[in-house]
Amino acid sequence: MALEQDGVPTVSVHTDVFARLARATARANGMPKLRQAFVPQPVVDRSPADLRAYIDGTDPVSKRPVMREVIEGLTRALDEEDVQGLSFERTTPRLIEPDTEEGLQRLFEENRWTDFLPIALPTEARVEAMLKGTSHPPDTVVGRLRPAAFREFWEFTVEKVAVNAVMAGARPEYFPVILALAASGVTARSSSTNSFATMSVVNGPIRGEIGMNSGIGAMGPYNHANATIGRAYGLLSQNLQGGSVPGDTYMGSLGNWYAYTAVIAEAEERSPWQPLHVQKGFKPTDSVATVFFGGWYTHAGYGPRATWQEKMRRSLSAVEQYSPPLLVLDPIAARGFARLGFDTKEKLIAWCTDNARLPAREYWDNQWIQYLMRPRAVAGVEPFASRFKAKPDEPIPIFEAEDINVVVAGGETQGAWKMISGALRGIVSIDAWR
Amino acid sequence: MAERLTVHDPRGYPPKVVGRRLAPRLEGLDGRTIYLVDCLFDNSDVFMAQLSQWFAEHLPAAHVRTIQPRETWADDAEMRARITADGHAAVLGVGL
Repeated sequence: MALEQDGVPTVSVHTDVFARLARATARANGMPKLRQAFVPQPVVDRSPADLRAYIDGTDPVSKRPVMREVIEGLTRALDEEDVQGLSFERTTPRLIEPDTEEGLQRLFEENRWTDFLPIALPTEARVEAMLKGTSHPPDTVVGRLRPAAFREFWEFTVEKVAVNAVMAGARPEYFPVILALAASGVTARSSSTNSFATMSVVNGPIRGEIGMNSGIGAMGPYNHANATIGRAYGLLSQNLQGGSVPGDTYMGSLGNWYAYTAVIAEAEERSPWQPLHVQKGFKPTDSVATVFFGGWYTHAGYGPRATWQEKMRRSLSAVEQYSPPLLVLDPIAARGFARLGFDTKEKLIAWCTDNARLPAREYWDNQWIQYLMRPRAVAGVEPFASRFKAKPDEPIPIFEAEDINVVVAGGETQGAWKMISGALRGIVSIDAWR
Repeated sequence: MAERLTVHDPRGYPPKVVGRRLAPRLEGLDGRTIYLVDCLFDNSDVFMAQLSQWFAEHLPAAHVRTIQPRETWADDAEMRARITADGHAAVLGVGL
């Protein structure tokens, strides 16, 4: 679209599953008639002959030859709408037309404003009660979210966050945590084809104040605060960013179970290590929410047992190299590592960084590494440039220490750990939203 | 009769959309320079090589150049400047 603005006629070619998304994006950018052509999905892993057949074939959306769409897209004269583009304002009302509970539940489902679990309808009284959970006025702007980097940002206020918190079943005392997550700028409903989810960690005094669980069943589903805060983050993300609708504002191929709710409190008092938020520069008395973006893989283990290094290396080499690990350890496992000399999280992270390795050819064969990191490697950006120079069978480190994080949670019924795909994307003061 | 409830709308506030015009179109492609912009998605380089071949076979009088942005998902101003300076049209793909 920038090239069109520069005066260069363009045609963009997409695969057909992205047709609705591509058109919606063009419309939201004021160019509803941006010229586009479509070929079948997928392009990945197709041979040159297959791709040539796409080019020689029929556009699956317009049902016309692909190359006719391309050539005419560059040469067909503009009409009035092409010249003017399309300006419009969209609004969302504060209140919805009154209806019965049954009718409203149906409306929320039909509009895809829910996660298809039952919701509490956001009545005026419930929203007003939720707003008592913060000192901030209802019309305070909290932030902006969007489902992808190429979509437009939508803005939202404290009241709009409260509406979604009510829907999730949250209580007013949880509201500062929910506002902090909303203010993080990280959507819990990314439209990426990778089916990302967010996982959030709460640190500081608020964990106890609102009764969050960092003990038995910390990762759920055994605590009202943990469950509804995570659900509220998902619902507010999809509704405040302008939707999370499959084929339009959501393209995750498999979806993600973590996306229903994924919030834990760190077991700071039973951990041998510094809490996560203190590692990141906050005071122990601060209440803080940290957002991790991933949820692709989950490996699990016990320990540290005699062969822990072999087990951990296997897990580290089996991660998706584009999505670094968040290690969640039960206090028993954490204390076991501390006894082995890992008396800080940083030492365990350093060991993981040293041992997270893949042969260069495997590392670079990952499609996301190839298309996101390879250009940086070619441009000389470290550490990708060094990884790119390695011989194909040379084991190369796949993460930097700052990519990996460690959190302690669990009920000490077992010395378990989980390694979950999770890149740190946001760390936000909860106290600022009290 | 069932009670009728008034509830809040859960959606955020969308931005105003400002219409933007398309660039003037070309009368033909003969003698024109067309940039094929490989957006760096997996296998898009192979797709663009095939597209380049198509132009060579069907529109040999058009000058076709393949170009890549510096980074995926980033607006590469340098690349755009080059296309604007000596290109007449661009085909971008394949991906979003």
